[in-house]
Amino acid sequence: MTNLKPVPVPNADTQVFWDACNEDRLLFQTCRDCNHTQFYPRAICASCQSRNLEWRDSGKLGVVHSYTIVQRAPSPAFKADAPYLLALIDLDEGFRMMMNILDCPADAASIGMPIQVVFEQRDGQKVPQAAPRK
Amino acid sequence: MTKHAVISGVHNTRVGTVPGSTCMSLHSDAAFGALADSGLNLSDIDGVLCAYALTENYPMLSSAFCEYVGVAPNFNAGLHGGGATAAMMAMQAAALVRNGDCRHVLCVTGDNRLTGMTRDKAVAALAEFGHPQFEQPYGISIPAAYALVAQRYLHETGATLEHLAALAVSHRKHASMHPDAHMTEIITMDDVANARIISDPLRLLDCCLISDGGAAFIVSAGETAGDLRKTCPAILGVGQGHTHEHILAAPSLTNFGCKMSSQRAFGQAGVTTADIDVAEIYDSFTITLLIELESIGFYEKGEAGEAALRGDLTHGGALPCNTHGGLLSFGHSGAAGGMFHIVEAVRQLRGEAGPRQVPDAELAFVHGDGGILSAHCSMVLAA
Repeated sequence: MTNLKPVPVPNADTQVFWDACNEDRLLFQTCRDCNHTQFYPRAICASCQSRNLEWRDSGKLGVVHSYTIVQRAPSPAFKADAPYLLALIDLDEGFRMMMNILDCPADAASIGMPIQVVFEQRDGQKVPQAAPRK
Repeated sequence: MTKHAVISGVHNTRVGTVPGSTCMSLHSDAAFGALADSGLNLSDIDGVLCAYALTENYPMLSSAFCEYVGVAPNFNAGLHGGGATAAMMAMQAAALVRNGDCRHVLCVTGDNRLTGMTRDKAVAALAEFGHPQFEQPYGISIPAAYALVAQRYLHETGATLEHLAALAVSHRKHASMHPDAHMTEIITMDDVANARIISDPLRLLDCCLISDGGAAFIVSAGETAGDLRKTCPAILGVGQGHTHEHILAAPSLTNFGCKMSSQRAFGQAGVTTADIDVAEIYDSFTITLLIELESIGFYEKGEAGEAALRGDLTHGGALPCNTHGGLLSFGHSGAAGGMFHIVEAVRQLRGEAGPRQVPDAELAFVHGDGGILSAHCSMVLAA
């Protein structure tokens, strides 16, 4: 059966990021001019508007900034998963991403919980996800 | 000095299930209601502002509206600021009349998103607010995004689910006193506590409704006030604040752009929170209102919930808030949702709110927010 969940469609700003995910690498951008770290990937630094950005590899460790247990899924693709954990994750390098927390009972999630990034295969694209740190 | 722009007419349609309505018929009903309220004719209108709609997704809704009713204004545009759109329309219209580009600007919204589409379709369409690559793949919904805010807020402040429930209860009480409201059956703290969870910690009764409905107001040049039928509240101060669109990019989950937007509006009006008699503040979820009351400065951080529990935010309290019942109980029809707050503020300032009237209301604060507490517009209105 086809995976109905949305598969990210890379564009020119994000192609490098998504290609790296397929190699189990999590990239983020920093600005060579002002040292700002940002996520999601952009063509421009959102702090100083420089275009002098570089990609760096994340250590793929972070903590839960906030989370929710979604009971009412927004679309049929997610209905089978409900209840599922949706979280904002603060990565150790100083950027924030949205992920699901996988391999974690819903009532075991907490703010500040340490996580590691894992990759979930969706069609031809791997998608970064969070799991409790082992 | 140029006189302040005024709001010369307001109207809301019946809200909830409105059989036989369409997106455009709700726009028309709201527009002609506001015209009748002001005493103006369609031919007096030289500016039109519309927003957006889910059921009839015209790329140029404002042009579609003008075509539908047969009006050819000097100025016509659409605004997209989510729930802040209605307040942004007032700000834009006030600038147009102060600048002399228009004399009477019709601001009109409506959507039949309850009967015009299924609930599943509405929820799915709204989830598209999430970032297509970095939020939507994770099954984000609008309630889930606000639940992320709520969880963090409860964690930082020690506020409780009872605080949220107190707002749901007072809003329903207010709606029960409004003849046009969607939900009027009184609810209790237990009802909120026992409602099914949508996205933890938010329960069904923490969430706004999905309603058919339309609303309109007319902003007129201050110099025209003598020609108008009713007392016209003045737009004393307006301001906006913007920090992000997507919740993953919000600089904070407990402080938002409403701080800047309200400071600008209060500064322009030359008043403070202590001067406000009645507040109509965007309440897409109970958590939205709680956080905004604090970010705006009506309460210190973590104190708005206790204020709600002790009855501050209802009639007889220090700050009667969302006296029509808000998005939680009066109804939410897209961009019209935020406009209901403006309509109610004007009625309060004119003394026309009937059983909901706040005695001697002379100064009202109105606030709209769009996205996930992303786009903010605040307004101070004076009788």
